[in-house]
Amino acid sequence: MSTVEAPPREPAAARRPRRIRLTDRARHERNLGWLLAGPAFIAMVAVTGYPILNALWLSMFDYRLTDPGGREFVGLGNYAMILTDGLFWQQFGITSLITIVTVSVELVLGFALAMVMHRALYLRTPLRTAILVPYGIITVVSAYAWTYAFSNTYGFVNPLFGLGDFDWFGGTWSALFTVCVAEIWKTTPFMSLLLLAGLAQIPDDYLEAAKVDGAKAWQRVKRVILPNMKAAIMVALLFRTLDAFRIFDSIFIMTAGAQGTETLSFLAYRQTISRVMVGLGSAVSVILAILVVLIAVLFVKVFKTDLSQQRGER
Amino acid sequence: MVLERKPRRWAYGSALALFASVLSGCGSGDGGPNTLTYYIADAAQEDVATRCSAESGGAYTFNIQRLPNTAAGGREQLLRRLAAEDRSMDIVSVDPPFMAEFANAGFLRPFTAQERQEFSTGVLEGPLVQSTFRDTLWSAPLYGNTQLLWYRKSVLQKAGVDPSAGPVTWDQLIQGATQAGVTVAAQGRRNESLMVWVNALVSSAGGSILQPGSENVPANQVKGGLNTEAGAAASRIMHDLAVSPAAPAGFSTAGEEDSRAAFQAADGGFMVNWPYVWAAFDAAIEEGSLPANFKDDVGWAAYPRVDAGTESAAPSGGLGLSISAFSGRQDLAVEAIRCLASAQSQIEFMKTAGNPAALASVFDDPGIREMFPMADQIREGLDAATPRPVSPYYGDVTGSIQTAFHPPDSLSPQTTPKDSNDLLEDVLSNKRLI
Repeated sequence: MSTVEAPPREPAAARRPRRIRLTDRARHERNLGWLLAGPAFIAMVAVTGYPILNALWLSMFDYRLTDPGGREFVGLGNYAMILTDGLFWQQFGITSLITIVTVSVELVLGFALAMVMHRALYLRTPLRTAILVPYGIITVVSAYAWTYAFSNTYGFVNPLFGLGDFDWFGGTWSALFTVCVAEIWKTTPFMSLLLLAGLAQIPDDYLEAAKVDGAKAWQRVKRVILPNMKAAIMVALLFRTLDAFRIFDSIFIMTAGAQGTETLSFLAYRQTISRVMVGLGSAVSVILAILVVLIAVLFVKVFKTDLSQQRGER
Repeated sequence: MVLERKPRRWAYGSALALFASVLSGCGSGDGGPNTLTYYIADAAQEDVATRCSAESGGAYTFNIQRLPNTAAGGREQLLRRLAAEDRSMDIVSVDPPFMAEFANAGFLRPFTAQERQEFSTGVLEGPLVQSTFRDTLWSAPLYGNTQLLWYRKSVLQKAGVDPSAGPVTWDQLIQGATQAGVTVAAQGRRNESLMVWVNALVSSAGGSILQPGSENVPANQVKGGLNTEAGAAASRIMHDLAVSPAAPAGFSTAGEEDSRAAFQAADGGFMVNWPYVWAAFDAAIEEGSLPANFKDDVGWAAYPRVDAGTESAAPSGGLGLSISAFSGRQDLAVEAIRCLASAQSQIEFMKTAGNPAALASVFDDPGIREMFPMADQIREGLDAATPRPVSPYYGDVTGSIQTAFHPPDSLSPQTTPKDSNDLLEDVLSNKRLI
């Protein structure tokens, strides 16, 4: 019996791009590619690259927008001030807490919803639409809806659970709870959508084979579905973690940052927009951007998240 | 081939049109040489503007732009646009505490001596003081505002407090309301309304949030006035009310409208709030959410005192009309403001929006006296009202106060004065974040 084996993988060094003599056709295609993508590329660099460089430059100044004459170069002074301020670390903690709680809950709920969407035999389209509706709602609108829901004067949550006039937004933990609920409600559908894509890639043969071998439902999930979905799960976690770490809208609407619910995005907003301390605000934004990049690196390098999954290259 | 070319031409044409529209979007955005872009903070300003435009005989028309509802939101939008030297702004509605910040940055056109004379004549002291910075008038006062103490007449006997008989103190109110099982509604929410309350308490105790002379020094030399007896008195009263049974539910998140809701509730007793509530009661009665005779039970008096022997310093608010320094139609804007802030306009505005006029004469208008039986009280309040600190760095000042004095139940007369003062000075010196 002959077996088909995959060709041995080339050593890493050999996989480095080599200079290949291009044919006329290939060169032409490459030029066409640049021509087609060029304008978009230039536009992207202009609208993202310039602000990023400008923010880096501004972050080295003590610069108040309403006092342009008082602008003073302070080097890395703003960064030193931010990193030694207790408020920064407190808000870093709150941001991390919200990220961990919301992403974890979303993963579990999102997986369950993905299974429902995947397995549903009847009313598939209405079911998928219903599950995805919250994701189609603008975050500010959903935050207002949840603010009203948790309000102690006209909300439905307190009467529903017999909580009288309990003020959800009057304490740190209860306010954070409401923010997490709003976030989870809003973004679980996104998570389930990403997981559904991973779920759909598992061949039915695997599951049938497991069934024939006598695997129970939980064993099938644990031994077949989850291992085969690892890449999809990691991509979903990466996307949601990056998003959750930058949370702003829900907190802005629901608590306005009161009761110690401010996050790092809120810190950047307050320094830049409210205080018009453009230099300090830019420094906070740069730190936030670096943290987001670190999270991405952590996922890609340490957890070996395969982003090609998402691009459909497998 | 022809078939292929047509869409291409069409595509070029639309691309060009799109490009042109994007370019024009970046332009001044004016609707004609006589069109003034007017940023309003209250919907009722639009009605007045429509009349003024009609009366001008075509001299000017308005392109009305609405500012966000909250004071902080309005400030941020104006600040961003003015800092970007937006030439499409002509007349802007400025909340008085933010005026000094804009004026110092060179965002506003100062009124000339003659215009100052014109727009100051007959204006009450409170609104006038907060429109002036470094002896220059930067805003034409459109309306002034001050808070009153509102009370339910039916609870007075049980509470053992009678504001109609003479000035009352915060301590008397808290004690009386607790005794009667009713609430004292104030604004404990962390936004500009908290700053209003802190400023009123500190001023009523004879102090000031910033030490005198701070409006003309660089940010890092500004000295706070909170680490004082007055700062301690303010912290104590805020804390005592927040932890007493007289605090309405959700005290630390209550803004003006929440206070009104608490006052209208069955256990409502006392409230400090702006006079707009009087017109709002009418609206609630019309809606059917309040009984028709609700207003018969409502009384009003001067703002509560901190010490029985010291005059209270009622909060001061309002709105001024300023001209953008980047407007190309400044003279026309002055002409328009003559109508927008006229006595007739202020009467109309007071009737529709419920906000008190800045001109003293408006309070003698029979229609106003009929609609606002407390007109004299408001006029006296406006004359004695204490503005929030006049500072080119007001954003930092209010941000620090809102951080240091919230939540009210966590305040302590022992620690809050020093902590808040340190925070204020550190933030102004760019040593700490808020």
